[in-house]
Amino acid sequence: MTDAAVLAARSQAESSAPPLLEARHLSKRYHFGKRLLPGSGKIVHAVDDVSLAVFPGETLGLVGESGCGKSTLGRCLTRLYEISEGELLFEGREIGHVGARQLKPYRRKVQMIFQDPSGSLNPRRRVADILAQPLRVHGIRPRAEIDDRLRELMDLVGLPPGYLDRYPHEFSGGQRQRIGIARALAMEPQLIVADEPVSALDVSVQAQIVNLFADLRDQLALTYVFIAHDLAVVRQVSTRIAVMYLGSIVELGSTDTVYGRPAHPYTEALLSAIPEPHARQQCERIVLQGDLPSPISPPPGCRFHTRCPFADDRCRTERPLLRPLDDGRSVACHYPRTEVSRTAGT
Amino acid sequence: MIPPVANPDPTDPILRVGGLTVSFATDRDPVTAIRDVSFDVNPGEILSIVGESGSGKTVSLLSILGLTDPRTTTTSGSVIFKGKRILELPDREMRRIRGREIALISQDPMTALTPVYTIGMQIAEQIRAHQSISRRGARKRAVELLGEVGLPNPSEMVDRFPHQLSGGMRQRAVIAMALSCNPALLVADEPTTALDVTVQAQVLDLLRRLRKDFGSSIILITHDMGVVGEMADRVLVMYAGRVVESGTAEQIFDDPWHPYTWGLLASIPPLRGPRPERLASISGTPPTPANLPPGCAFAPRCRFRFEPCSNPPPRYKDDGHTALCFIPPEDRPRLRATVLGGERSAA
Ligand SMILES: Nc1ncnc2c1ncn2[C@@H]1O[C@H](COP(=O)(O)OP(=O)(O)O)[C@@H](O)[C@H]1O
Ligand SMILES: Nc1ncnc2c1ncn2[C@@H]1O[C@H](COP(=O)(O)OP(=O)(O)O)[C@@H](O)[C@H]1O
Ligand SMILES: [Mg+2]
Ligand SMILES: [Mg+2]
Repeated sequence: MTDAAVLAARSQAESSAPPLLEARHLSKRYHFGKRLLPGSGKIVHAVDDVSLAVFPGETLGLVGESGCGKSTLGRCLTRLYEISEGELLFEGREIGHVGARQLKPYRRKVQMIFQDPSGSLNPRRRVADILAQPLRVHGIRPRAEIDDRLRELMDLVGLPPGYLDRYPHEFSGGQRQRIGIARALAMEPQLIVADEPVSALDVSVQAQIVNLFADLRDQLALTYVFIAHDLAVVRQVSTRIAVMYLGSIVELGSTDTVYGRPAHPYTEALLSAIPEPHARQQCERIVLQGDLPSPISPPPGCRFHTRCPFADDRCRTERPLLRPLDDGRSVACHYPRTEVSRTAGT
Repeated sequence: MIPPVANPDPTDPILRVGGLTVSFATDRDPVTAIRDVSFDVNPGEILSIVGESGSGKTVSLLSILGLTDPRTTTTSGSVIFKGKRILELPDREMRRIRGREIALISQDPMTALTPVYTIGMQIAEQIRAHQSISRRGARKRAVELLGEVGLPNPSEMVDRFPHQLSGGMRQRAVIAMALSCNPALLVADEPTTALDVTVQAQVLDLLRRLRKDFGSSIILITHDMGVVGEMADRVLVMYAGRVVESGTAEQIFDDPWHPYTWGLLASIPPLRGPRPERLASISGTPPTPANLPPGCAFAPRCRFRFEPCSNPPPRYKDDGHTALCFIPPEDRPRLRATVLGGERSAA
């Protein structure tokens, strides 16, 4: 039942409680092209056999280059997308393949926040209506309490209650994201999957929203899956990190372990590519060659072997599975960087 | 102002911008988006302009290059390129300079590429516009350039259409196009903002090589302090249409003077060392050009504002380092330490 991959997906969790949400061997494929002619359509392997556990109270950061499948995985976790294969368990109950009716309570408990909140903010409605709608539809609060709850929500996200009468276009990007967050909070979720929630914001405003996420987690005992391509932001908010490459998780462990001593060559390259304000003396940088391969025809063996400076014949043929290392983190690599002596050649 | 000279000294700044001010006509009153921007770019230097969106980075460079719409835009001040005043040049001559001596790379490479031609045809055409060279020679040069910017299989890539390339490849193709004329000055407006960090590292590497191999000067516009830290020799920090601080990269990073620069630096989560409980963010949002507060435009968001800040701030200057702020030099280290900690030396 709990196979090696599922155990590897739990590596370095701080909590000993059972996972809140757990994906087991989850895959998501997109089909496109001529679907009527059998065999002529193309398949995008956007998420490929991902096992991942999210524990109560943690913030699991999901990082990787664009196109690696972060958003697809996020949308599968919230069941916004159908899952092609695998299981999804919430509090131990399988919800990956259940119908709309059985899914309803889960829909409330798990909310998603997007990079551009505009999609969930009807431009013709005032903020008050936008926030009150889920309260009414889901009957979360009795009518008489709704006004108080709206003020409370605005207070939680740091907006003056007077803004309830305004329309979405009257706000700046940072304020709109606060409203997007308030809308998610209106459902009183346990888990929030945030997909690049600060990526469109300027650094000064980004820092405000990052702080807000931390405050809300503490105040409301929330659990987050925080998706972002900005590795500094993810480090700031996350307790554990999952690094994705071409649809798979290649490394998973506590934030300090993964950032402090990356084990997968891809994680190492990704981290070394980040420009830093104080790294003017050009520390050793690994510049990855080539581009991300297409998820339509992923390379055989280790998917990273086409760009990996350390790949050998084994990497080109045998696909490494996510497995725990001695230090507790998991990695999908035949030759983890922490197990080879680091030579000057890096 | 510096009078135009016919034969400039090779060590003279290649570009001198003085008192650049740009206003736009709007439905209501005209708004001034850029006010009194002045800076020099020296030969072989990388100058970074950093600031949040709306601070006026793009408008500054478009007006320097004469690319703003003359029907709605009023530009004043002086722009001297290689000793020549270029704001006053006729369009035709300005276009020649832009293609041959100053190259522009924008954030979205698609704006520089035409979807219906192969990238090889586009680069070759650019070369032939400024150089008398055969079609075949231009194509050969295009392949060479694509190789120089690190595209794999350049002889195959040359026949690809823009949509057949990834974002990073397209940006490299645009850089190849910009390089085709060996520009003395390359202006890059957020060239890596749309790219992943691994691809960004490749493009930044390329820009550095360009400076090294051809001695080109580069104006690099970005909102990423990390990129500035790695690339810039000198830095301009813009806020609400003004240069609020300028200096060498060392001055800006080791001894920043302006509270906005402090806030920018403190807003970036660190990649190593202990993680702060909270990030020292700047409260509020930047003003728009139509709603500039009187006095210091940063004052409403500044935790160190005091009475004088409702008046236009003075520009302190010392050894090429400038800041537009009332805070007296002797108070800076103490105030700065409350934002950034005390580890910074007053270099
Ligand atoms: N609706 C779709 N149809 C076909 N392919 C898709 C669709 N959505 C995403 N993809 C592809 O799936 C892969 C993963 O995309 P995505 O999950 O958006 O990655 P990320 O969020 O990490 O950038 C990419 O190759 C992308 O092009
Ligand atoms: N054509 C225009 N008409 C009116 N206002 C403009 C125009 N172009 C830019 N602006 C305004 O000028 C300011 C500076 O813009 P911009 O230079 O694009 O900022 P940045 O590049 O730093 O993000 C912004 O407030 C923008 O709204
Ligand atoms: Mg995404
Ligand atoms: Mg711009």
